[in-house]
Amino acid sequence: MTASDTHRAIDAVWRLESARIIAGLTRMMRDVGVAEELAQDALVVALEKWPESGVPDNPGAWLMATAKHRAIDLLRRNKRLETKQEQLGRELETGQDATEAEIDAALDDDVGDDVLRLMFISCHPVLSTESRVALTLRLLGGLTTDEIARAFLVPEPTVAQRIVRAKRTLSKKQIPFEVPPEAERAARLSSVLEVLYLVFNEGYSATAGDDWMRPALCQEALRLGRVLAELAPKEPEVHGLVALMEIQASRSAARTGPSGEPIPLLEQNRGRWDQLLIRRGFAALLRAEGAGAPLGPYVLQGAIAACHAQARTPEETDWARIATLYQALAHLTPSPVVELNRAVALGMAFGPAQGLELADRLVGEPALKNYHLLPSVRADFLARLGRSGEARSEYERAAALTRNERERQVLLERAAASAS
Amino acid sequence: MRFLLMTTGDPQATGTPPDENLMIEMGKFIEEMTQAGVLLATGGLDPNGVHIKNSGGEITVTDGPFAEAKEAVVGFALIDVRSKEEAIELSKRFWKIVGDGEGEIRQVFGP
Repeated sequence: MTASDTHRAIDAVWRLESARIIAGLTRMMRDVGVAEELAQDALVVALEKWPESGVPDNPGAWLMATAKHRAIDLLRRNKRLETKQEQLGRELETGQDATEAEIDAALDDDVGDDVLRLMFISCHPVLSTESRVALTLRLLGGLTTDEIARAFLVPEPTVAQRIVRAKRTLSKKQIPFEVPPEAERAARLSSVLEVLYLVFNEGYSATAGDDWMRPALCQEALRLGRVLAELAPKEPEVHGLVALMEIQASRSAARTGPSGEPIPLLEQNRGRWDQLLIRRGFAALLRAEGAGAPLGPYVLQGAIAACHAQARTPEETDWARIATLYQALAHLTPSPVVELNRAVALGMAFGPAQGLELADRLVGEPALKNYHLLPSVRADFLARLGRSGEARSEYERAAALTRNERERQVLLERAAASAS
Repeated sequence: MRFLLMTTGDPQATGTPPDENLMIEMGKFIEEMTQAGVLLATGGLDPNGVHIKNSGGEITVTDGPFAEAKEAVVGFALIDVRSKEEAIELSKRFWKIVGDGEGEIRQVFGP
């Protein structure tokens, strides 16, 4: 193994293990920032030693043990061992060995719960959305600051600052490292889900630049969603979000053409949809619906995605059911964007006139003022109703509003086509 | 990215059935891989395969078992990871549980 092979192997181990290590250390130190530093220290030791000694038999355990020893040293140095031990809820025993054994025991059980706690604290509502995203990718995804910066097209120091500030805020406000109590749980969980879906969407439909897909972000969000589904199996919304992401990800290969241009859902080659992910999505949806709770917004969106996935051809799509699901979604989370989607479903189920009627009602919505999909949807209806002049100007308006270069080209082509 | 981890061997070899301890360890490992969002599918393959061959448009189907098949795929795991190195690391963990044997790691393209 060359040195660079070893570095790549260490990097892989880090990505697989860092969340668990940081989570375990956070429980011990009660401070995410300190925990991450200790974990990073262990990584540095590995980078120094492993190229010579070789990668140890159980590299994850090695990193954890190294970090734990540093943690204990730090606690001793700060002479805070006793208080920290009390916080661990253990009885004090004399002697250093007993102390280490106790900390070991405290760290070894419930690693899964620690990872769940780490998700909750990284997505804590006290942090700004950008900070939650950055901290989650960093602590749970094992991404470097540079990788996060590149994925979100922001300068690296900005991301670094967000992370530093987030850690400081959590420490200053003494945010507990816990699975939130019942009363806060729903709100806190929805904050976690929001972060995961935001990361997924950032990867799925890049809002700026020429890069239509940033697959690493999609994959990371999906992976964290799958992890969360196992850690919180009784939460239907978690399964709903996983279903939504699995099914959307199933279309990755079909949603861009040879030159990278976006292909709308109904024009995609369904033979290229990934049936493995679709089946995983269906399974997640069944778990969500099996919980017996009223359907939440992610379950509804997952169910809508499933309607499309179930249809072997666009014509088979059950648009009436989709319109009903969007209505239920609008009831839970009223939003003009949801209404716009409902307009599309109505137009497909009951004809363009019905769809246009609802879309027209959204024209004055301030939230949709710069949203390219409103003119684009109206243009589709107008074109189907044979009102080609109006359709063309709406396509042009949509083209002027989109920030995605390839989507703009598609819209301009449609504008040109409706002129003829 | 997806990788197919395959265990290869002689499908006809009648080895001793895996001991209980190994089954428990393997169960734990599989559960852990599922919880980590990594494992997409896994299974063992029936040694009695069918051989199929197209030669100049003529398709021949032959029922197994095949005496000469010493290096057939006998089991697989389809995993979803971020790099080849992660696939290798997870495969190492698998083999530490299983003991002696061999296999292959291939990236899966598509669908």
